[in-house]
Amino acid sequence: MAKITFDGIEVEVEDGTTILQAARKIGGDVVPPAMCFYTPLKGSGGKCRVCLVKVTQGSARDPRPMPKLVASCITPVQDGMVVENTTNEDVLNARKGIVEMLLINHPLDCPVCDQAGECDLQNLSYEHGVSATRYEEPRRTFDKVDLGPYIQLHMTRCILCYRCVYTADQITEKRVHGVLGRGDAAEIGTYIENVIDNDFSGNVIDVCPVGALTDKTWRFKNRVWFTKPLNAHRDCPTCSGKVTLWGRGDTVLRVTARKDEYAEVEEFICNTCRFDKKEMSDWTIEGPRHIDRGSVISANHYELPVVNVPIVPNLPKSTVKKMPTE
Amino acid sequence: MTLAERMYLPAIAQGLGITIKHFFKKKATINYPEETRQRSDIWRGLHVLKRDENGAERCTACGLCAVACPAEAITMTAGERKKGEEHLYREEKYAVTYEVNMLRCIFCGLCEEACPKAAIFLQDDKIAPARYERDEFIYGKDRLVEPLKTTETK
Repeated sequence: MAKITFDGIEVEVEDGTTILQAARKIGGDVVPPAMCFYTPLKGSGGKCRVCLVKVTQGSARDPRPMPKLVASCITPVQDGMVVENTTNEDVLNARKGIVEMLLINHPLDCPVCDQAGECDLQNLSYEHGVSATRYEEPRRTFDKVDLGPYIQLHMTRCILCYRCVYTADQITEKRVHGVLGRGDAAEIGTYIENVIDNDFSGNVIDVCPVGALTDKTWRFKNRVWFTKPLNAHRDCPTCSGKVTLWGRGDTVLRVTARKDEYAEVEEFICNTCRFDKKEMSDWTIEGPRHIDRGSVISANHYELPVVNVPIVPNLPKSTVKKMPTE
Repeated sequence: MTLAERMYLPAIAQGLGITIKHFFKKKATINYPEETRQRSDIWRGLHVLKRDENGAERCTACGLCAVACPAEAITMTAGERKKGEEHLYREEKYAVTYEVNMLRCIFCGLCEEACPKAAIFLQDDKIAPARYERDEFIYGKDRLVEPLKTTETK
């Protein structure tokens, strides 16, 4: 076990845990953001640099500070480590610079983009970025690449986090897409425009932190903040069948995997569940999905305030809130 | 009290005086709708969906006006622009239907403020007139979109 101090908060974690995971154990506002790191995907992380933190004391044995900011998602903790994130001016300035760099080639098409409202980059730039751009050169443009009938690729929005590549590598047997080119010319492609037709290929939509990979069956159907999320499940032979339905009234507009507070998928779902089961009758509804109040998706969602939980039978999980203990 | 006072003569003369004075005063009313009053420059009236300099609709159905609307008066459905419609719609996505319920609208102008494409504006010279039927207050794109300026083209 290793004891570290993160932003002045002491936390004890297993040896070999990364700084980011230790911070997530604390939770709340001190957790560094992460655009490329994704817990279910092995080897992800270390690419986007938004999770940079300052290590002011390397360990109890060697208290020297680390000379440069380190990426918290791939740096393991050591006993006695002291880490600064939100309390360090350098970290916040560096993050601001990184957001600006990520936005250099990212188009400003949020009004058109289907990811708007649940986009990690949108949240990140809102919290850490500046509202104006200093970039005057033309942004990158690409020829349209067709990824089959289900997945829409907008290469201009890609921030090259490699999450989808790892997903295809690790949860499907044969990946047919990857990153082509190097440095400035790097882009996601399927090489000979191969169609992604694996049972689990749809999960690249969920892992994408921006709107580069989106659901074609949901394209322009509605804005995410007008849809009501519901937890639902079905008996699926290929996957767990536990999903979130996004719909209006009785129509299911979109099916996604369930994501936790760090937008990480809890269980990957198959393409049949995601693209073909668009009827309410296909699903067993568990109840409304709780959306964080700070999110735009929660606008106009009215949750039932349950004060006395024990007297209401069969409450959906989302309505149960932590009551202050007396 | 004198006889004249008892017969209310001074009071009647005073009352008539006030009435006659009002004949020569400026009228408080105007002959609407033939005449209209001058409105403030920031007066918020009927909505309009603007077109850009090439005559294409600016609205991209992003839904920010609808989510900003405190009265939930705005609804829309989006569609994808097809090839050959570039002169009609500015962006890849456009509003197939766009409806403002003028009975719900409180003319607060938050939609105008929320719009990232400078598409929706509250005009300062038009209002939503009274009508007999409730469905006539649901303004669709046919009544909201700015008409094409045909006279200005060569």
